[in-house]
Amino acid sequence: MTTASSEPSVPASTPLLEVRDVTVHHGQLKAISDVSLQVSPGQVYAMIGANGAGKSTLMRTIAGLHSPTSGQILLDGNDVTRLRPERRATAGITMVPEGRRLFPSLTLEENLKVGASYARTGPWDIPAVMELFPFMKDRRKQKTAQLSGGEQQQVAIGRALVANPRLLLLDELSLGLAPVIVQRIYDVLPQILESGVTVLLVEQDVAQARRVASYLHCLLEGHTTLEGPPAEFTPEQVEAAYFGMGGTH
Amino acid sequence: MTITGESTLLPRVARRVTRSRRNVWWTGIVALVIVVVFAILPYQVYSGTTAILGQAFVILTLACMWNLLAGYAGLVSVGQQMFLGLGAYFVLIGAIHGIDPFVALPLAAIASGVAALPLWWLVSRLRTGYFAIGTWVLATAVALFVQQFQSIGGGSGMALPGLSSFGSTLLSAYTYWAGLVVTVLALGATYLLLRSRVGLVLTAIRDDEKAARSSGARVDLARMLVFVVAAVGCAAAGGVLAIQQLGVSPSSGGDFDVLWTAKMAFAVIIGGIGTIEGPIIGTIIYMVLQQTLQQYNEWYLIVLGVVAIAITLFARRGIWGLVDEHLGVRLFPVGYYLWPSGGRPVKKTAKQSG
Amino acid sequence: MVWVSDIIQGILVGGLYALFACGLSLLFGVMKVVNLAHGDLAVVGAYIGIGVIAVTHMPFLWSIPVVCLLMAVLGYVLQRSLIQSALNRGELTTLIVTFGLSIVIENGLQQFFTANTRGIGVGSSLLTASFKLNSQIQIGWLPVIIFVAAVIVLLVLQYFLSASKYGRLIRAVADDREAALLSGVNARHVFGVAAAVAFATVGLAGVAYGMASTVTPFTGTQTILLFAFAAVVIGGLGSLWGTLLGGIVLGVAQEVGAQINISYEQLAGYVIFLAVLVLRPQGLTARRSQS
Repeated sequence: MTTASSEPSVPASTPLLEVRDVTVHHGQLKAISDVSLQVSPGQVYAMIGANGAGKSTLMRTIAGLHSPTSGQILLDGNDVTRLRPERRATAGITMVPEGRRLFPSLTLEENLKVGASYARTGPWDIPAVMELFPFMKDRRKQKTAQLSGGEQQQVAIGRALVANPRLLLLDELSLGLAPVIVQRIYDVLPQILESGVTVLLVEQDVAQARRVASYLHCLLEGHTTLEGPPAEFTPEQVEAAYFGMGGTH
Repeated sequence: MTITGESTLLPRVARRVTRSRRNVWWTGIVALVIVVVFAILPYQVYSGTTAILGQAFVILTLACMWNLLAGYAGLVSVGQQMFLGLGAYFVLIGAIHGIDPFVALPLAAIASGVAALPLWWLVSRLRTGYFAIGTWVLATAVALFVQQFQSIGGGSGMALPGLSSFGSTLLSAYTYWAGLVVTVLALGATYLLLRSRVGLVLTAIRDDEKAARSSGARVDLARMLVFVVAAVGCAAAGGVLAIQQLGVSPSSGGDFDVLWTAKMAFAVIIGGIGTIEGPIIGTIIYMVLQQTLQQYNEWYLIVLGVVAIAITLFARRGIWGLVDEHLGVRLFPVGYYLWPSGGRPVKKTAKQSG
Repeated sequence: MVWVSDIIQGILVGGLYALFACGLSLLFGVMKVVNLAHGDLAVVGAYIGIGVIAVTHMPFLWSIPVVCLLMAVLGYVLQRSLIQSALNRGELTTLIVTFGLSIVIENGLQQFFTANTRGIGVGSSLLTASFKLNSQIQIGWLPVIIFVAAVIVLLVLQYFLSASKYGRLIRAVADDREAALLSGVNARHVFGVAAAVAFATVGLAGVAYGMASTVTPFTGTQTILLFAFAAVVIGGLGSLWGTLLGGIVLGVAQEVGAQINISYEQLAGYVIFLAVLVLRPQGLTARRSQS
């Protein structure tokens, strides 16, 4: 599969999202240590790394659910580090959280409606999302607990999309889903990008990340161990960065 | 393939594990001295003072019990007044049948402990919010049930027979000592319970119930034990109360009033929930407030309530928690200390869970 | 035939219980707040009504919207300050904080209003007016009005929760606060609105109670609280119509109990509540079991 991005992977002059020397603590544990990154408009920026590397923590910090101990987060050059999570959504960052996190007592359509409650203007509305994921049209009144894992994931994406974000955060899309389903979900990425949305995703499956991403960023125990376009790295180099090996087999 | 890399998560192994920081005997001696001082008070002070101390004993006993339930077993009971009332009524029943009230007191406590078993069965599967409501409902139902029987006073209460044989000075002294004995036993039982295996299970439950269960701890048994112990303690306090008030009264403001739970809960929360010292501090604060604000009717309850709310939200571990944090003092050591090779001990008590 | 009359009385009383319980159904059933001060809040509503009428001498019907508005504001403020802080710290804290609130309210009311019983005058004609169903059954107008009011409030609440934007947001925040935040929902404000609605209904219930009966500062915990919870639990958490059903079951049980022996009236209600708690805690209508 070719990379989904249609933009060059060299960061443009004003990054859409900039994370500057961010350190995040979980209680006394340092989950992220001085990590920096820049996401340019139109990129598919993939965070990879083993379990516990800090990828989801970083995502949640960008979304506003964690406060960094130090460092800054900038959206279009504006400091949003102290911005509350609900305000970040209206500022243009929405997240599809790890584990989907749909609202169980709401129907499929109501889940989308909640996502649309404070939406920005843009091409994505509920009918557009239902075009993107056609299965939704017949299942709109169903409680989300009755949907399959893959369908739930698509609803979660739809809910985040319907707010018309500029930056869409996807946290561990493939968790608990069959590879075929995952592939089908990732197939909609081009359409999302075409509408002007930039994507920052977390993916444990390195091969999947290499397929869709225009830029890789690997974390290990809270530190950056590798970053750059996927074409620049051999699989062995990525593996080394992933596991933190000193070169021994 | 190997993964290299330093891991800084494991501490160096400690050499010795002991129960307390230094010899705890001096605390025991001080405690003994205090008890002796209290015991000889009736010879030294007026009966007005012993009466106030008697009230304090009741509150302290109740507070100890509520602390065990809520601070250690995670059971927020809003129905402890049912055991207070049961204790009072069992003493009454005993007295009606000719038993000396002071002899009936321990019997009443035991009877209430037995009664606690079926009552526990009713509420044991309820969690937090439901448990609180369930115990409150149970208490109200028990109160209404007890009031059905005219032979023990029905809805208007009854005087306790068998007290008039004592002279008034002797009665006030005996009443005082009964309260003192009950309080000392309550404190002692709490301390021993928490130092025992059961105490360890309770602390584990408090920190993480699932983990406690999966490691084999007998969580349900521990909870039931605490419930029964608390029932016995509250009933003993209720018996003392009946003797102090020379009778029982079931209606509003009486022995089955939920206000009792409010009093014991506030004392515990303000003093420091989940510590043994907390109820003592809390009782002192309660009595001070009650005595100073007494002429302003219900103000002491309002103040207590506001302070309790503030403490629950902002200083969760109460007054004693604040003291403990800053001074590191423990009067009743129930934690463990690690002595790493050659050095000062590091205290390892499980922290309060949120 | 006496039994039929009692059953009808029981059903009508159930309407009053349901009215108390709808606020709780929202707070407890949806928002999972165990509000031990709920009964006292109804009494506060009644006292506000009494106070407002005493000061302004307005007709009693006007006091209703005034009370509801004031209670709604109180609810919003309390939720965003006290209750949310408690919720953030866990269920135990919420219990303790609302219990503390209950004691503070009761004793505060006692300080300022004394322990005398008070009521809201509706004019003796309405209080005693009744109509005959047949030759043996006589039904008071006031209980019927209250029952109808309960049904209307429940209908409005049901519509609000299931079809309106805020109702949806309230359910979403109650389901998963973080996910709601990620969708741009100001969770604190949304729960504030939910509490405002709940408090408005409980204020209405308090006023209704003050009209039908009398209140003292302690009526909240003596009479109202546990029966409000009973209605919600018996009916099933999260179901507003279940709350009406629960109230009716409670009311009928009490009437039947009273017929057997007048002193069994309250006891019957508590016994039913206990039975449901032990045997079927999810209530009569819920499909999900209690967590």
